[in-house]
Amino acid sequence: MIARRQLLSAAAFGAGALFVSPSLALATVPTERRFVFIIQRGAADGLDVLRPTGDPAFAALRGGLIGDPAGTKLDAMFTLHPSLVEVGRMYGQGQALFVHAVASPYRDRSHFDGQNVLETGGTQPYAVRDGWLNRLVAMLPRASDEAIAIAPTVPAALRGSVQVASFAPSALPHAADDLMARVAALYDADPQLHPVWQAALETKGLAADAAAGQDPASLGRLTASFLTKPNGPRIAMLETLGWDTHSAQKGRLANQLKNLDAMLAAMRDGMGTAWATTTVLVATEFGRTAAVNGTGGTDHGTGSVAMLVGGAVKGGRVVADWPGLANGSLYQARDLRPTIALDTLIAGAAAESLALDPERVGRGLFAQATSARPMTGLIRA
Amino acid sequence: MSQPTGPSPAAIALNRFGLGARPDEALPSDPQRWLTDQFTHFDVRPAGFAALEDAGKAVAQYREAQQANRRLAMQATPAPEGAADAKSGLKAERKDFRQDVQELYRAGVQARADSALATEAPFVERMVHFWSNHFCISADNPRVTAFAAAFERDAIRPHVLGSFTDMMLAVEHHPAMLIYLNQVQSIGPDSPAAARNPDRKRGLNENLAREIMELHTLGVRSGYTQADVTEFARAMTGWSVDGLGGGRAAMGDPDGFAFRPAQHEPGVRTILGKRYAQDGEGQARAALLDFAHAPATATHVATKLARHFAGDEPAPALVARLADSFTSSKGHLPDVYRTLIASPEPWLPTAAKFKTPWEWTISSLRGVGHRAIGDIQIATLQTQLGQRVWKPGAPAGWDDVAASWAGSDALLRRVEIAQRLAAPLGERVDARVIAPKIMPALSAATASQIARSESPAGAIALMLVSPDFLRR
Repeated sequence: MIARRQLLSAAAFGAGALFVSPSLALATVPTERRFVFIIQRGAADGLDVLRPTGDPAFAALRGGLIGDPAGTKLDAMFTLHPSLVEVGRMYGQGQALFVHAVASPYRDRSHFDGQNVLETGGTQPYAVRDGWLNRLVAMLPRASDEAIAIAPTVPAALRGSVQVASFAPSALPHAADDLMARVAALYDADPQLHPVWQAALETKGLAADAAAGQDPASLGRLTASFLTKPNGPRIAMLETLGWDTHSAQKGRLANQLKNLDAMLAAMRDGMGTAWATTTVLVATEFGRTAAVNGTGGTDHGTGSVAMLVGGAVKGGRVVADWPGLANGSLYQARDLRPTIALDTLIAGAAAESLALDPERVGRGLFAQATSARPMTGLIRA
Repeated sequence: MSQPTGPSPAAIALNRFGLGARPDEALPSDPQRWLTDQFTHFDVRPAGFAALEDAGKAVAQYREAQQANRRLAMQATPAPEGAADAKSGLKAERKDFRQDVQELYRAGVQARADSALATEAPFVERMVHFWSNHFCISADNPRVTAFAAAFERDAIRPHVLGSFTDMMLAVEHHPAMLIYLNQVQSIGPDSPAAARNPDRKRGLNENLAREIMELHTLGVRSGYTQADVTEFARAMTGWSVDGLGGGRAAMGDPDGFAFRPAQHEPGVRTILGKRYAQDGEGQARAALLDFAHAPATATHVATKLARHFAGDEPAPALVARLADSFTSSKGHLPDVYRTLIASPEPWLPTAAKFKTPWEWTISSLRGVGHRAIGDIQIATLQTQLGQRVWKPGAPAGWDDVAASWAGSDALLRRVEIAQRLAAPLGERVDARVIAPKIMPALSAATASQIARSESPAGAIALMLVSPDFLRR
């Protein structure tokens, strides 16, 4: 854990610290670099994912949610949830980094508004029309076929001016060639359907030998199989649901994290040597209340945790400007107070992962939030 | 490419307001009248829905079997074999219950599809689907799954031609909603029930209270605060399901609502600046009635209705007109529907909406002449298309905009499913004859591709995924 006053220096791993590193070229992306965004829909409880067991107020607030074993102790302050076995291993190998007490600019408690802010990069819900991940794709030299959503439809973060593909495993029999060809002809003159159909055909080609399972590990392997194709996409997004733990959180979150852990491990294994140049960002729309509610769960809160995992990550550390959980330190006397802007993490991680200029990426992705500079030193050069 | 002329008002009535034209159906001569006439012959409780097994009974049986096994387990200690028996008994019961509720769910989905295919009031059926999505539950755990079909049948269908307030009250009292959004577990922190058993540390759960304000009534960003949500959650405590919960409370009928005074947080509540002094069930009810009549609710509902019929970005004038109608009629839904039907915006002859998977499936089946679902497994089909019936996964329900449905993978799935739906029809259905009857504005390009298809089934599939048919 990195204390409040040390945050600046701790972030200064790379040359230039919080300033632009001169060695980063503009939009000349070596194609071996990969960036994956996993969204946790439903507000994942950061205080349970990465537990501040060193905070004197934690036990009283959360004792009932801590199971046995109590998790992997990362440092004097933080303990990783016991379900995150593989992520813990990656942390030990310097391939996982956590950013705690983080939040998007959103300060209310609607999932859908919160996800919209997280995915569009706006400061208000529905203020920005396209997604930050789509704008990131647009910064790549070969933008047109660089991104894929592992989902039946494209999530808001990936929607925008660049046509991207989506793919979800299906057990349906493939359509006949004649039908496919005639459909292509029918959509040819349709401005909405033509690009969508082109993306469908390209993805279908890439997926020809992909695994068809829909469990988290299969989805992780499937993502890796797309990302390692020579002409495949270099940016992917996955959605995970089920983080809204209003009741019986102990069992439910353990299961959610086990699934996430399996997904990440399968992705790592599937990437092979390409894992070394891969960054996976995991983030949620907001956190949950500091105290346990009346039903063994937690309600909608504010600050949460985000993770970076991957061979490219300068990991093995927790970045936090820890606000504390004492009564007077909580946001609105109820939530973990956010002290780091998620925008700055996303912009920095995305830029460094793809060897783009963090300042430029920060402006392009989060134009409305002009105050904070992207975090740097997150990714190996 | 020839420029297609837009669909006629009659075709719009059938496809945009209705659930899709049938090949043997004459175009309505007075489209607006055809829609309003449906108010008099809507079947509130069609046979399929009426025949469903009783969800509460399934839950009660499960509860009793579990209790029997728990007694067995307690008697059996310390004998380890007995305990193991009880444990495996519990496990077997759980599995049986899961299977029972899956059966109930599938039968319910079939009933829903059946009534959408058979109905002579397709506009009203569409409104059932609309409200069921507005006030949605998500059947993601067995107890909610058990009640999913009953929820639409008993809380939505009887009120689709009644008042918004009545529908909302039925929804918020229904076991499906009370279980889904954790209301049955919410207990006033200073209530007698909490005081009686301080070690259990039971207390408030604000999930349902928040979603009522955000999604069911006022709408997000309409000015309420976290304090309002918490206060309303306190007012809601005690709202529960008869026959659920521990002890004596569990002996009642799980189909029914129960107010549990012992769990209710005592005291006066202040919500949105108004004091609610009522003691007991009436407190939350009074707040709910105020929400239902608030201008924010009228705007929220009007926006969703306008979006459903006049495009993803509906004209503000239409929203305002619908909101006025909602307010002046005190939420009398047929009045609001009449305002919608009388408005020019939903009748514009450009395809307003990209069909959701459910809309596309139903219109496809109607389009090729199905009047009953038969042995087509509609629940599986909807899962493959990405819109699982009564399982949107979140209390906001399914999105009603093209961007959520017109993805590349989703489109590929429709093509694959169209092929499968078309395969058994073969020679019996001639797409060249049907297409002009069911398409709002069949383009020459589509007609020619259909005519040149290499097989009759291929032609049907092509018709169902043509740009003309994917939109309404």
